[in-house]
Amino acid sequence: MSDHEHHDPGFIRKYVFSVDHKVIGIQYTVTSLLFLLFGFGLMMIMRAQLAYPQGDFSFLERIFGEAGFVGGAMLPEFYNQLGAMHGTIMVFLGVVPLAVGGFGNYVMPLQIGAPDMAFPKLNMASYWVYLPGGLIMLSSFFVEGGAAQYGWTAYPPLANTQPEYLGQTLWLVGMVFLITSSLLGSVNFIVTIVQLRVKGLSFFRLPFFVWAQFITSFLLLLAFPPLEAAGVMQLMDRVAGTSFFMPDGLVIGGRPANVAGGGNPLLWQHLFWFLAHPEVYVLILPALGIVGEVIANNTRKPLWGYRSLVYSVIFLGFMSFIVWAHHMFMTGMGQTLSIFFQTTTMIISIPSVIILTALILSLWGGSIRFNVPMLFALSFLPMFGIGGLTGLPLGLAASDIQLHDTYYVIGHFHFVVAPGTLMALFAGIYYWYPKATGRMMNEMLGKLHWIGTLVFLNGVFIPMFVQGLAGVSRRLYDQTWYEHGKEVQNWTVASSWSAWLLGIAQIPFILNFFLSLRAGKKVGENPWHATTLEWAAPSPPPHGNFTSEPVVYRGPYEYSVPGDSEDYSPQFVQKA
Amino acid sequence: MDFTLLDGLMPKDISTHGYQIDRLLEYLHWFMLLIFIGWAIFLTYTLVKFRARQGHKASYDEIKAKPSKYAEIFVVAFELVLLVGLAVPTFAYVRTDFPGKDKNPVEIRVVAEQFQWNMHYPGEDGVFGKTRPDLVASDNLVGLDLSDPAAGDDFVVPTMHVPVDRPVVLQLSSKDVIHSFFIPVMRVKQDVIPGMSIPMWFEATETGEYQIACAQLCGNNHFRMSAQFYVDTEKDYAAFLAENAPGGDDEEEEEEEEDE
Ligand code: HEM
Ligand SMILES: [Cu+2]
Ligand SMILES: [Cu+2]
Repeated sequence: MSDHEHHDPGFIRKYVFSVDHKVIGIQYTVTSLLFLLFGFGLMMIMRAQLAYPQGDFSFLERIFGEAGFVGGAMLPEFYNQLGAMHGTIMVFLGVVPLAVGGFGNYVMPLQIGAPDMAFPKLNMASYWVYLPGGLIMLSSFFVEGGAAQYGWTAYPPLANTQPEYLGQTLWLVGMVFLITSSLLGSVNFIVTIVQLRVKGLSFFRLPFFVWAQFITSFLLLLAFPPLEAAGVMQLMDRVAGTSFFMPDGLVIGGRPANVAGGGNPLLWQHLFWFLAHPEVYVLILPALGIVGEVIANNTRKPLWGYRSLVYSVIFLGFMSFIVWAHHMFMTGMGQTLSIFFQTTTMIISIPSVIILTALILSLWGGSIRFNVPMLFALSFLPMFGIGGLTGLPLGLAASDIQLHDTYYVIGHFHFVVAPGTLMALFAGIYYWYPKATGRMMNEMLGKLHWIGTLVFLNGVFIPMFVQGLAGVSRRLYDQTWYEHGKEVQNWTVASSWSAWLLGIAQIPFILNFFLSLRAGKKVGENPWHATTLEWAAPSPPPHGNFTSEPVVYRGPYEYSVPGDSEDYSPQFVQKA
Repeated sequence: MDFTLLDGLMPKDISTHGYQIDRLLEYLHWFMLLIFIGWAIFLTYTLVKFRARQGHKASYDEIKAKPSKYAEIFVVAFELVLLVGLAVPTFAYVRTDFPGKDKNPVEIRVVAEQFQWNMHYPGEDGVFGKTRPDLVASDNLVGLDLSDPAAGDDFVVPTMHVPVDRPVVLQLSSKDVIHSFFIPVMRVKQDVIPGMSIPMWFEATETGEYQIACAQLCGNNHFRMSAQFYVDTEKDYAAFLAENAPGGDDEEEEEEEEDE
């Protein structure tokens, strides 16, 4: 780290405050994987309380102390903190940073043949706003009253009822950081994709993954600002005595609340869901992109209906802005509004069906290789399918009457984001690991990881549909308080054991991830015999990515082209 | 109708409108199951048939997927039918088709607070007394203004009694945070939002003792914000009213004795 060496940027500049999109991508990947593990850890503790509501958790009390437990029993407020922080961490600190900050950052510039992002410093800033945002969130566990405990949705007035607790305030401050980080990232992604495509790479030659990132960036850019505004408003309600979300005449804990009044709690819900619905597509689009890449590569044939995939994703992006109030059918909205939002919700299911159909049809006529990335990508299809299908009863207001705010909802969206998106993200890790490290991950450990993950994810989430249909509300510290909860308690126990086994099933992955850094089989530029541009660069790519600037000659998935001697024709290879 | 897929998974239905919701759920789940099985068969068959092996090559050409077109049209048509034919009318019925005065509905105000439900009955005159937030006290949970003549016969109890086979109209409001009024067996759910008073109706078809649940996170004790819910015969219901009428017995209002 000597100052006089001008060529070597030094350790700090190279690995900590790096402006290289690949380093930033890896920083995002590693950080978000740690957050995912942490968020999952919180959930494993919650699952103990859910399975054994009157259980003795002295062993946990020894770790977490008085703040969360009394005499071996978990406190409801601690349970609520775990729940709210699990949701927040999984969405905003785990999946989005991994899918966009990690994969997007690392892979997208390579796939468009760019030497880096359009604004490398902005890119660095985005990570360095994300990390403190995350740390602020985590630090809230250690303040008086503990972390935020009002759900990841933070509905006021509840979220404003205990202004003396710092947890929710820190949550809001953390959110402002995370949103800012996403905004910096999304502008950068859009400009990069528009401006830095290499010669010959027209929009309809872009890999599907790049399209997915492109639309995702627009969603982040347009949906986050309202939530940022709403977050600041709630912050003001807490610390500055405004009452944007606090109506007149509140009586809290038997005493008239000390608020100015005149606000509207539903305003928050509108602003929140105006973000949070597009956010769902932010969680899923990059996953679809990854699955598209892996399927094309491992069927050794072009993706079915590439153009209809692209149009569907664009349409999905637009539609995702006008379905938000289907989260609010039970707030007493009028007929006109509910009909509007039911209709848009049914409409948005159409492009989703088209995308899934195209991915499934892509398999037909292929020569399918069942390597680890492909196993994960294939599992994604039916899992995401279950998630999408179970959205239908929630999207129709009449059936939503029975299912809204029950475990059915938890089952539904987890099938989208956990057995769905998480499977795709794992596929992406196994698929691009050799590019990022120059070494393969171990196949045996990978398959072990895959089967355990698939089985136990289903074991965790299928029981939730049973609970939900039985009428068990979500966010319950102890469902056996209710008769209908007692009847399905066995399912809850099964779900908890699956969650713990799911944790064990991640051990082969963690081992594989680190051991392969040293022991993995060394690979060249293109170990999967793939066609897109990232495989033209050395593995791992040097600073600046390509040894010579690539030129694109054809579409992204030219596999098994008739008359070609190889079964793949890379975009970057000129052939006669 | 013979519901088979969700029978046993859902709580029983004791409402007059619930069959419409259950029917919709039933159709939807059959539809989902059908599509899922279709996918599963296609996936399994494809993965076996097109697995990589010696002498097998992928084909470059896109298959002409007529069946997928039909499947998509089927999906769209089915969704349209459910939306227009069942979902919208059912929701409109539940949310707007309030029973008229001729049906002699029972009216109850429900005032939610952390973490209990207060059922405010209008008493004999059928008129709710005025309430004011500043009058709320531990012995006046809904802030009843006793200077209002209509308030004299009102009473507030922590459990809900309704008569069987007679429509019930609730006015839902909250003193503090958002709650959600949910009776699984009655197929009703309605968020209860401070600053708003939201009406809701239902009609029970079977007597018995059930539970009201809170469906929206409302604080530490959200998990036990339940209330007993009794569907009485007309006779028992009249007895319940008489028992709780103020001025009669000096019985504590909160106390609840049920004679089933
Ligand atoms: C993979 C293992 C996971 C398990 C076992 C799990 C389990 C759960 C459970 C049981 C709940 C309901 C808690 C309650 O209602 O009291 C929950 C809530 C939630 N989860 Fe997960 N989850 C997992 C992964 C994820 C992922 C990947 C995401 C997001 C991308 C996620 C996002 C959420 C959200 C947003 C909530 C709602 C929190 C709230 O009620 O405010 N989860 N999770
Ligand atoms: Cu409540
Ligand atoms: Cu509640």
